[in-house]
Amino acid sequence: MTSDTRALLDGPSLGFDGITVQYAGRPTPALDRVTLHAQPGMITAVVGPNGSGKSSLVRSLLRRAPVTSGRVLLAGADIAVLDARSLAQHVAIVPQREEPGMPLSVREFVMLGRHPRRGAFGAPSNGDWQSVADALARTGMSEAIDRATDTLSGGEWQRVRIARALAQDTRVLVLDEPTTFLDIAHEMAVFELIDGLAREGRTVLLVSHQLNLVARFAEHIVLLSRGRVAAAGSVETVMRGEVLESVYEWPLVVTRDPAVGVPALLPLRGRGRAR
Amino acid sequence: MSHSTGERHHEPMSLRHAGHWPWVFGAVMLVGVSLLGIAFGAVSLPVSEVLDALRGVGDGADVAIVRDLRLPRVLLAAAVGAGLAMSGGALQGTMRNPLAEPYLLGVSGGAAVGAVVAMALGVVSPTLLTACAFVGAAAATILVMALARIVGGSGDTRLLLMAGVVVGAFANAAILVALADAPPERLRGALWWMMGSAADASWGAVSRSAGALVVFGGLLVWRARDLDVLALGGEPAAALGVDVDRASRRIFLIASWLAAATVASAGLVGFVGLVVPNLVRALGARQHRPMLLLSALYGAALLVLADLLARTVRAPAELPLGAVTALVGVPFFLSRLRRLTA
Repeated sequence: MTSDTRALLDGPSLGFDGITVQYAGRPTPALDRVTLHAQPGMITAVVGPNGSGKSSLVRSLLRRAPVTSGRVLLAGADIAVLDARSLAQHVAIVPQREEPGMPLSVREFVMLGRHPRRGAFGAPSNGDWQSVADALARTGMSEAIDRATDTLSGGEWQRVRIARALAQDTRVLVLDEPTTFLDIAHEMAVFELIDGLAREGRTVLLVSHQLNLVARFAEHIVLLSRGRVAAAGSVETVMRGEVLESVYEWPLVVTRDPAVGVPALLPLRGRGRAR
Repeated sequence: MSHSTGERHHEPMSLRHAGHWPWVFGAVMLVGVSLLGIAFGAVSLPVSEVLDALRGVGDGADVAIVRDLRLPRVLLAAAVGAGLAMSGGALQGTMRNPLAEPYLLGVSGGAAVGAVVAMALGVVSPTLLTACAFVGAAAATILVMALARIVGGSGDTRLLLMAGVVVGAFANAAILVALADAPPERLRGALWWMMGSAADASWGAVSRSAGALVVFGGLLVWRARDLDVLALGGEPAAALGVDVDRASRRIFLIASWLAAATVASAGLVGFVGLVVPNLVRALGARQHRPMLLLSALYGAALLVLADLLARTVRAPAELPLGAVTALVGVPFFLSRLRRLTA
């Protein structure tokens, strides 16, 4: 792909500019002046230990977190001017927690991705059906179109949720822990899928605790610790023993992945440096 | 995570693609029980005479019975059943809880208190009474949500139901107190309010109930896709561009108004809003638009049938309508509860 066609397809950048999230009754903010930017055509990963503020970041984008300062920027413009529906036309989010309350067919479920673009009444347009078919094909779930969501396996469920986000036809995609509870094969398949989506020019922000996988797929990594950015940059910048050890508060070494040579984290058995 | 690879099962195709037969079956059933409802009573008429009387042909007394007594009663029961079923279906979707319904959540109880207090204060206009019932219903909804939140999160099914039952019990007590020294010839009795009845049916009551059904049921059907999205849960719904708090509030208000309108014209009738939407979902209606419309159809048929049973099984005595629906609804509730907690 030449840089010219790439520019046409490229998504807008997604930025967090000095975001502070302060939940009521908590002594310290969940996010403290966090700034990061996700660019098109690559995976930007947000990593960090439990409670480091990863999910608060996604919630600030969903506007379900008490943001006390800072802005979320889409192509450099503050998203505060967009209503929820307009935002969903530009940014598709796969939230972390989702249990199917009342089962739908996969077709109906993925069609809900068209909700931000459809009127209240009326049947889906040909364009809506095309988006659903494309999203299912892209995630390898076309065969499952008539199945009920409560009959899907864990890996299929995650793929169908990603398909719903793709049906939103946005150039920005945000995924919060999309591989929780998946085994190695399903996890790798989801990462490969996300990687492919980013290479098509989308802006992908991936929140994950899978540091070693993130090191292999993401080009830009932001490491959060206690609500602050502890390190940010390329894999080589972030995946350093002393940085990770102080953030995760656990002894570890960073080795090289024997197959592809990227840094890989290896936690050590505890030897007197308990938490 | 309820999705493990081990628990796959496949529904039969006929259930997944319900198609047209639930509509046809529901419509036939509604027409059938309505004809029976008009035919049976203190004076039983053959169906041929019922059809004649509906057109104003035949014996004058039969025409009067059919047109002035039985027909409004059947239509009122149908409108009340449809309204309760739609209200329950909408509440279940927003709360993501198949056990939600206006009676068990205390919404109907609040509506009854609103109406009873208004009557005790001398309000006679039926429209004003319905408005007071709505205020009571909305207050009960807010109270139940607040109670459940204080105890530990409004997302917990059991807490919400417990709070609803408690508010409902309080409503019953309030009704008894408010009507303790009411002159029986001027006010409906406490039993009428607490156990429901379609016996007071008039064409006025029918038009008020049907009007509320068309307006508020119509609003729910119009916003049905919001319900589909809300049923996914807070974060997914927000991700799909729905203002979750505003949309939930709106649905709650509409569902409360629907429930209040039924209470104002037929008292407290429980479990219709619970049984019918679950039944309709089992028939294959999963999206909220067909689910709500089918709920209206089956809710109407169920309550016409329940009213027929209330009038006939112990004739000449008449059972409270709410007693009949509770006898059906409670075993259903228990079976649902077992499946949920299993």
